[in-house]
Amino acid sequence: MSRFAMAIDTRRCVGCQDCVVACKTENGVPEGYCRDWITEEVHGAFPTVQLEIRSERCNHCDNPPCVTCCPTGASHVHERGGVVLVTHEKCIGCKACLAACPYDARFIHPDGYADKCTFCIHRVEQGLNPACVSVCPTHCMHFGDLDDPQSEVSVLLSSRPHHVLLPDAGTKPCIFYLT
Amino acid sequence: MIALTALTELTVSRHNPLVDPHLHIWEWQIPVYLFFGGMVAGLMIIAGVRLIALRPQQREALVCCTIGPLIGLFFLSLGMFTLFLDLSHKLYVWRLYTTFQITSPMSWGSWILLLVYPALVANALAHLPEAIPALAKRFPILVTVSDFILARVQWVVGIGVANVMVGIALGIYTGILLGALGARPLWNSAVLGPLFLFSGLSTATALLHGILVITTPDEERPAFADFLLSALAQLTQARPLDKNVGPVLARADNSFLTIELALLGLFLLGHMTSTGIHQQAASLLLTGSYGAVFWVFVIGLGIVLPLVLQSLELQNRIRHTIAPVILVVFGGIALRFILVYAGQESHWFQALN
Amino acid sequence: MDQVSRRRFLKISAGVIAAAGAAGAAADRVLAGARSAAQSGLKRIPTFCNVCFWQCGAIASVRDGKLWKIEGHPLDPLSHGRLCPRGTGGIGAHSDPDRLRSPLIRVSERGEERWKAVTWDEALTFIAERMQKIKADYGPESFAAFIHGLGGTFFKHTLRAYGTNNIAAPSFAQCRGPRDVGFTLTFGDDAGALERTDIENAQCLVLIGSHLGENMHNTQVQEFATAVGKGASIIVVDPRFSVAASKAKFYLPIKAGTDIALLLAWMNVIVGEKLYDKEYVDKYGFGFEQFAAEIQPYTPEWAYPETGIDPETIRATAREMARYRPATLIHPGRHSSWYGDDAQRGRAIALLNALMGSWGRKGGLYAPSAVAVPAYPHPAYPKPAKPEVDNPNNKYPFANENISTGIREATMTGKPYPVKGWLVYATNLMYSLPNQAETIRAIQQLDLLVVVDVIPSEIAGYADVVLPEANYLERYDDLHAEPFKVPFIALRQPVVEAPDDQKPNWWIAKKLAEKLGLGVYYPWNDIEEYLAARLKAGGYSYEDLKRDGIILGKQPPIYFEDGAPAMFDTPSKKIEFFSTQLQKAGFDPVPKYTQPEVGAAGSYRLLFGRAPVHSFSRTQTNHLLMDLLSENAVWINATEAARLGLKSGDHVRLRNQDGAVSNRILVKATERIRPECVYMVHGFGHTAKGLRFAFGKGASDSELITRYKTDPLMGGTGMNVNFVTIETEA
Repeated sequence: MSRFAMAIDTRRCVGCQDCVVACKTENGVPEGYCRDWITEEVHGAFPTVQLEIRSERCNHCDNPPCVTCCPTGASHVHERGGVVLVTHEKCIGCKACLAACPYDARFIHPDGYADKCTFCIHRVEQGLNPACVSVCPTHCMHFGDLDDPQSEVSVLLSSRPHHVLLPDAGTKPCIFYLT
Repeated sequence: MIALTALTELTVSRHNPLVDPHLHIWEWQIPVYLFFGGMVAGLMIIAGVRLIALRPQQREALVCCTIGPLIGLFFLSLGMFTLFLDLSHKLYVWRLYTTFQITSPMSWGSWILLLVYPALVANALAHLPEAIPALAKRFPILVTVSDFILARVQWVVGIGVANVMVGIALGIYTGILLGALGARPLWNSAVLGPLFLFSGLSTATALLHGILVITTPDEERPAFADFLLSALAQLTQARPLDKNVGPVLARADNSFLTIELALLGLFLLGHMTSTGIHQQAASLLLTGSYGAVFWVFVIGLGIVLPLVLQSLELQNRIRHTIAPVILVVFGGIALRFILVYAGQESHWFQALN
Repeated sequence: MDQVSRRRFLKISAGVIAAAGAAGAAADRVLAGARSAAQSGLKRIPTFCNVCFWQCGAIASVRDGKLWKIEGHPLDPLSHGRLCPRGTGGIGAHSDPDRLRSPLIRVSERGEERWKAVTWDEALTFIAERMQKIKADYGPESFAAFIHGLGGTFFKHTLRAYGTNNIAAPSFAQCRGPRDVGFTLTFGDDAGALERTDIENAQCLVLIGSHLGENMHNTQVQEFATAVGKGASIIVVDPRFSVAASKAKFYLPIKAGTDIALLLAWMNVIVGEKLYDKEYVDKYGFGFEQFAAEIQPYTPEWAYPETGIDPETIRATAREMARYRPATLIHPGRHSSWYGDDAQRGRAIALLNALMGSWGRKGGLYAPSAVAVPAYPHPAYPKPAKPEVDNPNNKYPFANENISTGIREATMTGKPYPVKGWLVYATNLMYSLPNQAETIRAIQQLDLLVVVDVIPSEIAGYADVVLPEANYLERYDDLHAEPFKVPFIALRQPVVEAPDDQKPNWWIAKKLAEKLGLGVYYPWNDIEEYLAARLKAGGYSYEDLKRDGIILGKQPPIYFEDGAPAMFDTPSKKIEFFSTQLQKAGFDPVPKYTQPEVGAAGSYRLLFGRAPVHSFSRTQTNHLLMDLLSENAVWINATEAARLGLKSGDHVRLRNQDGAVSNRILVKATERIRPECVYMVHGFGHTAKGLRFAFGKGASDSELITRYKTDPLMGGTGMNVNFVTIETEA
């Protein structure tokens, strides 16, 4: 069994958006759309300010509300790795999944179907990392198998403090932000 | 980062259509469908209850069982069409009927909608000859079918039960569809199911009552109504309608409106006693950007005023008019529009002060 | 003029390419994928990026004839296999609908952007005829050029053959010049076009006005992240809480314009508490005692009211720096033309590094090296009859490169002699030079303005002739062998064809030379012939380079302790803590602090910087990159914004002290900036109508930079001296 996940080091991330544009070119994401994005969170008042920068995308949740709400089964969990994917030819474009995702990670592709980050499953199946992980110039992004205790991701999560987004939403997201 | 102080800024680089700056995936098509769905559910339940209670064995001019199902078929088709319009991948709509996804309220709904048609058609067929006599004259088979059904009490009751059950399912599932979307805190309430059901019942009842008012014989119609409605009235000259049903419908509508008001109250109460995020969501309706339209159009004009008017009508202090039906219908549409739009604005991410 | 000598670096010859074999094998493995991929309609072609001057090695993927994506070249020492976002999105330039398509000759007034498309022959004949006329009427020196980047090499060659040396890169006077002169005065060498910063090994990194992370010099950002990951102590000094500041152990919210005061106070603490590298200073330093005496008065208490940084923090950060020396790097910065005393500030930074002993040490500033590839032989250039026009009477005695704004000044005034023609290559002068009105006045004196560009930029709008260049994905360029940590040679080769009538720079320059009767300077027919000949002369194989994209040299010692030569090309042949040559020229031998001006009440100092997804003003028609950031915003302190009734998402205009008004710009009300400053990303607010996708998006800081202060040492133009008021929308 494998459970793919990402660990992203917010200390190293500079929010340069390389992950955004690499994803766009790799996956042909149409102009005006993005599958991943940068969020900057500021706390405090000048000059005592804290800034956390995060590269965000679909969290490929373990309890994905976008899958439970889909009326046709287009939104589904891949047989390998817990990756949440959309079968384009089954999608009717009802947009329930867009409404169901608390992270607003999905969008409707100009061709009509729901679309989002796929963990670059086409690359992962060739033994490569997702495009965003491969391009990141600060090496802050790590992809791997949570079920493998020796994987980079597992090692990082066991040794560094981290958090997920909206932990109370019950989605069990699999993108972990190292702090 | 372990935040030492309060969040002051949140900047997101994403700018996806329909999603940013806040979700706006569903526009008029969805509230219109929800409204029609609710109203049809109401029509079905009323017709079904009527059939179960009265077990008519002859054709009688009953608005609930004649005009009700026919209007229901019309509005349901209209509603499903607007639903279809909303889809962004229309060519694949048939995929809905290749599977049943038990966790998806929308999947439930697509199959329920399929059951609604036969229930409504059966109901309509039972009374079609008196609803549209001209049609019956041209197609005598319709009379045969109607006689056949009415001769069998179990069939009449069966059709009634089917309409009631499918009607309830139709009315409730639309609320569950929104209610199950936990990511939009405003919708995330189990009360939404029964709320939409009773709102649908109130609009259906008001509609039927209104039809009766419009088709009142000449001498009892007010002059201006005569002028406006003379054409419609012509259609109904030949049909004796049960005028006693009028007050029954008005009384029923008042009950439904009262329940609807109570459910709205419970809905908001549930949010106000829940998390901060839910409180924020509820405040969108109570005091926020949707506050004015909510209080004026949904509560005031959509529920309270028709309640008052219909009470006065029942006490014979004023004549029965179509004012309540217009207000209730408008209130029902407003409720759904406001909920669908405001719900898309409510979200889980911590709002900034 | 050459009192300060040009930069030096160790040159590696072919004999030292022992590593070439290993590199070749590695390249084989990397590119073996290319051969198997070829079967599936996928071609992977090595080249190097050109979206900024860093020029990272890259591999472009072409799928079924269409440009798919571009990634870092795994062997490239600059990118380490990962491009920055501009590089990754650079492919958007190929399909940019607004790009120049054919040569253009203007048919109306300069600046009106009305053209007729012409053939290359017509355009080049037009140019050559006028250049010959200028030569005949005024002399070839009256033709000047503004050139940025590697692609300008052949234009420089043609112009030198024509007989002029009035060629300037705006990056000297408008950008890195001040810090390079400051470093050269101190160490005898500059900080490097590819800065010689050993960030990955720094244990303490001081960024004073450097916004690494938003400023996206690929290797530096990668190394910055490494340093952060290793837990290096980061000290950031900036009026704005930059991304780098968010990773800092110490963030010093300095008042703009007071950096020299802080630097002096640091030096005061370090010298006073004897925290400097005494052995290093004794061995390599000159004039230390005089220097120590000069900085005595600059105590943290003295610096506090100037900088706003309290004395305890100044002491704590000085001690922190000393704690980690010599692996303490005070970053030289890049764009350093701020307040008019910038060369001295660059020198102060250099001195601080010298106290830490970081020059030539691990974690500090390493010794770069380059692969030496022989030039293609050509006849000697004619010796110009007149001296260069940019720095008459050596007014700026320590300028060791041509001063772009000096050429502009000469063009405007006609003194010391008229300048009647300009060639502008790959720099949008309306955005790179301060005070656009002066640039326009200068242009009005010209008989000929030629602009070579890829997009119809603002400067192209003023040209008599616009020549469309094929962009970096569509052409060959001269070899890239800049001095760096690891010496290398990189090849730029076409990945896709230019879609229209665009031509590469070598072709344009060669054809122009031929039209000027200077064909003898181009004794080769085709660029590949030229490249192959150069490589062969150096002992390298063009076929190997074409296949692999990069040839790596063997890294020589880069630190003194490993044997890198500790040579300082200064008058004393040592690190000059006290500069007698400055003293002789009438300047402060040790930097002194001048209080910055204060703006009028209710105004804010205009600061500007970079975004990691854009390069200057040249990427705002690249749809991919614009999708990441389509307009800039003006950063206003949140409290100030609230006072003005503004919130993020509003639009305002900025009016500067001379009445220049900007385009509408988005407001970013933020806690991340001092209340008396505003900040915006440079490069937006385009007014060129041909830049349809960029037109009117955001505002241009260049329009608001009408005042500048010229550095008396080297002619740099300090641009952070404009103050703006905020005009809200009604």
